[in-house]
Amino acid sequence: EVFLPEETRSAAPVDFLQELPSYQSALRRRAAAGGTQERRTAPRGSAGLRAAEARGPEQEGGELPARPARELPVSMAEKRRLRDCQQADIKYLSGWKPWKRTSSKSLKKVLNEVKELFSYLELWRHDIHSIEGEFGTGIQSYFSFLRFLVLLNFIIFILMFSVVTLPSIISKYGIFNSSFAKIPPKNIEPHCTVYKPSGNKGLVYFYTYLKDLFSGTGFLKETSLFYGYYTIDTAWLSILRYNLPLAYLLATFAYLGLSLLWIIKRSVEGFKQNLVHDEDQFQSYCNKVFAGWDFCITDPNAAQLKHRSLQYELQTDLEEERLKQKIADRTMKEKLRIYSLRILINIIVFAVLSGCFYSIYRATVFSQENSNVSIRHDIRTDSVNLLLQYLPSMVITLANFIAPQIFSFLIRFEDYSPAFEIRLTLMRCVFVRLANIGVLLFSLWSQISYCATDECKACGYNYELYPCWESAVGQEMYKLMIFDFIIILAVTLFVDFPRKFLVTHCSCKPVQWCGLQEFGIPDNVLEIVYGQTICWIGTFFSPLLPAIATIKYFIIFYIKKISLIHTCKPAARPIRASSSNFFFLLVLLIGLILAFIPLGISITHIPSSKACGPFRSFNTSWAVVPDTILGFPTGLQQVLHGIASEAFAVPFFMVTCLIMFYFIALAGAHKRVVEQLREQLVMVRFDPLVCTLKFS
Amino acid sequence: TCEAEAARAAMGGSASLLPQETLGEYQELTFLSKQEILLAYKRFTELLPKEERENACSARVPKSQILTLPELRANPFQHRICRVFSTSDDGDDSMSFEDFLDMLSVFSDSATSDIKSHYAFRIFDFDDDGTLDRKDLEKLVNCLTGQGEESRLSKREMEQLIRNILEESDIDKDGTINLAEFQHIVSRSPDFARYGGLQR
Repeated sequence: EVFLPEETRSAAPVDFLQELPSYQSALRRRAAAGGTQERRTAPRGSAGLRAAEARGPEQEGGELPARPARELPVSMAEKRRLRDCQQADIKYLSGWKPWKRTSSKSLKKVLNEVKELFSYLELWRHDIHSIEGEFGTGIQSYFSFLRFLVLLNFIIFILMFSVVTLPSIISKYGIFNSSFAKIPPKNIEPHCTVYKPSGNKGLVYFYTYLKDLFSGTGFLKETSLFYGYYTIDTAWLSILRYNLPLAYLLATFAYLGLSLLWIIKRSVEGFKQNLVHDEDQFQSYCNKVFAGWDFCITDPNAAQLKHRSLQYELQTDLEEERLKQKIADRTMKEKLRIYSLRILINIIVFAVLSGCFYSIYRATVFSQENSNVSIRHDIRTDSVNLLLQYLPSMVITLANFIAPQIFSFLIRFEDYSPAFEIRLTLMRCVFVRLANIGVLLFSLWSQISYCATDECKACGYNYELYPCWESAVGQEMYKLMIFDFIIILAVTLFVDFPRKFLVTHCSCKPVQWCGLQEFGIPDNVLEIVYGQTICWIGTFFSPLLPAIATIKYFIIFYIKKISLIHTCKPAARPIRASSSNFFFLLVLLIGLILAFIPLGISITHIPSSKACGPFRSFNTSWAVVPDTILGFPTGLQQVLHGIASEAFAVPFFMVTCLIMFYFIALAGAHKRVVEQLREQLVMVRFDPLVCTLKFS
Repeated sequence: TCEAEAARAAMGGSASLLPQETLGEYQELTFLSKQEILLAYKRFTELLPKEERENACSARVPKSQILTLPELRANPFQHRICRVFSTSDDGDDSMSFEDFLDMLSVFSDSATSDIKSHYAFRIFDFDDDGTLDRKDLEKLVNCLTGQGEESRLSKREMEQLIRNILEESDIDKDGTINLAEFQHIVSRSPDFARYGGLQR
């Protein structure tokens, strides 16, 4: 063996490692986090470095020491000794350095105390910690994700409430000497502006209120829950003029932008790792072996399952590698067969999707055409009516349940590697779930803008059936959300718990083979992302929807936690925590971007209803922005027009492309440096000069 | 020192609490918060027999007792952890309170990834020779997949796995992984910082 053991080995290879870009960025990160360090010591290349590290600070003599004692990997007695040395060194420092050290120390102490205080305020901190201990970090990341959504919805609710609902309520009730004005819209046919919300008149049965609560009709329609309440063109709070239409629109953009920024901020960590995709494959084995054991596990049963899952994971990866080799050795005939099979299966998938979309379309059209409020108010027609109202939600839920089963059945024939199979099925399920909402909205719009008569064309939308169409869309979103919540509750109560009961008390073979259910993270995540997409789309039409979403997710947390603890067994095939975080946020981002599309179309293309809402006097909801800009001083107007013109947009686009290409080139250059350094490291081992240095 | 303070506190009657000065010192020398140190003290004293509880700071808990802790009970690296963190001169892997705090500090959430990777290297180095060679890696993988014959990888799979690991992490191609290479590969692992935590 060329190398001598212990301390003498350290010098040359480690210097090359220090030049690697990843090491530099780790150093930078450490410097940002460390604070008091002024000199960076190189990591020595041996394990017996207690003595070496201890000698380190002393060797630097009168200069400031390298790191605070607690960051050194030595025993407590050693750390105490080093700290005393450091403090002794401080005594010999002159000038303002001692003051700087002590003030930074006390500052750190104060910051630590503040951080501790904030950690107490963290919602569900103890619950999530106990879940982590029993079920591992993969499932814990699902619950952290749920907590994130609760907070996000709460912030969106606060935003909408304070900007839109509160001023409306204040001005409608005349508090603080405020008032509001309803400017009759000019140049609009009078028939478009007729709007009589059919509330409950006279004596009604109690169940009518219940029915209204579930379907968003009746008394709910006139409340601030829906768009129709905000029929205010300007509000005056004492002497301040409050432009409610503009505030409504800007609040919408604000909550979309806030969601986007927050999600991107959270996903930056995971994205950085996954961006350089080949790096991830490059060290997947090391990742699994060195970071494989979940130190949070305290339960021996969970540990046993973790052992099995690790074994399974390692064996699967090794098998996949052998499979890749086999695929590379495929003959032309086999390749043709497989590709044609894949095309056929993709056609079948496409057919299944079209089937889902068409059935949703027909269900929505049927529901809209037939669910009119009956005059007789008897319980039978009302229940049928309620069922009809919920028909689109039920069809969507059915489609969301059946389609993934079909996909996971079909993908077995496509002969992909197991990891790719999982990813492709997941992507298909995501697409189905989110596209279903899009199809529902599309069918609603086709109903709303269906115009046969000239009078109808004058309004731009079907004014007879939908005098206040935004409220109608808001009602659909409200129903979707309520139904989603009911389904989650029902599945937990009527499927999970009976299954657990059966498995524990009935010992017949088929039941035992079925077994307890696993906590399927992808399915659960898709469920809540679906609910969140509905919330994002629906908030424009129903400003109080985020409050309902917050309460819904709050209750779902406890439902899922109870279901997990009492009825689930941990998954045999785990998803890793890091990639699961990235996956959750990616799916959420896809949901958000999919929510932009219907909102964009309804704000900019579909004429706003003239009978209700803050946008009565405008053509479309977006028209309030150009209107406001016209009220700005001419200089500012010209600037804004300039920004929106092509003369600005095209150079801006080109500059953005150039910057992107620069970063791609930089990443490529870094990769080349890494390769070169690796080669040099191998050669250095046999470099005669270095060998003599070592032995001297 | 801790012992003098504890003796004074014992005479004062509050034998179960840590003195303030030592608490501050431990906060400075570890990554644990005040609450965590007090909790650790409580759990450590529970591992001791009653008559030794007054001198908790200077007592050493034998390895068999430490292994009854829930965090270590289910951990396949329990023996290595005790070996690495123990400062016992007898080689019996018993741990003092300060060793215990060291262990909790390294596994806490606020510890730097540098120190975590350093200790992880020492835990994985089964033969204590300063590098991870093939035998260490084999023992490591066997620890991960569990005890028992049916949970071990086959010889061919183990060969393939170790070959892959060395290909990914052995930069100077000497057939072993030294500390620098280990820290390099682990710094790029997104799961390491999350997994290296013991529940409090």
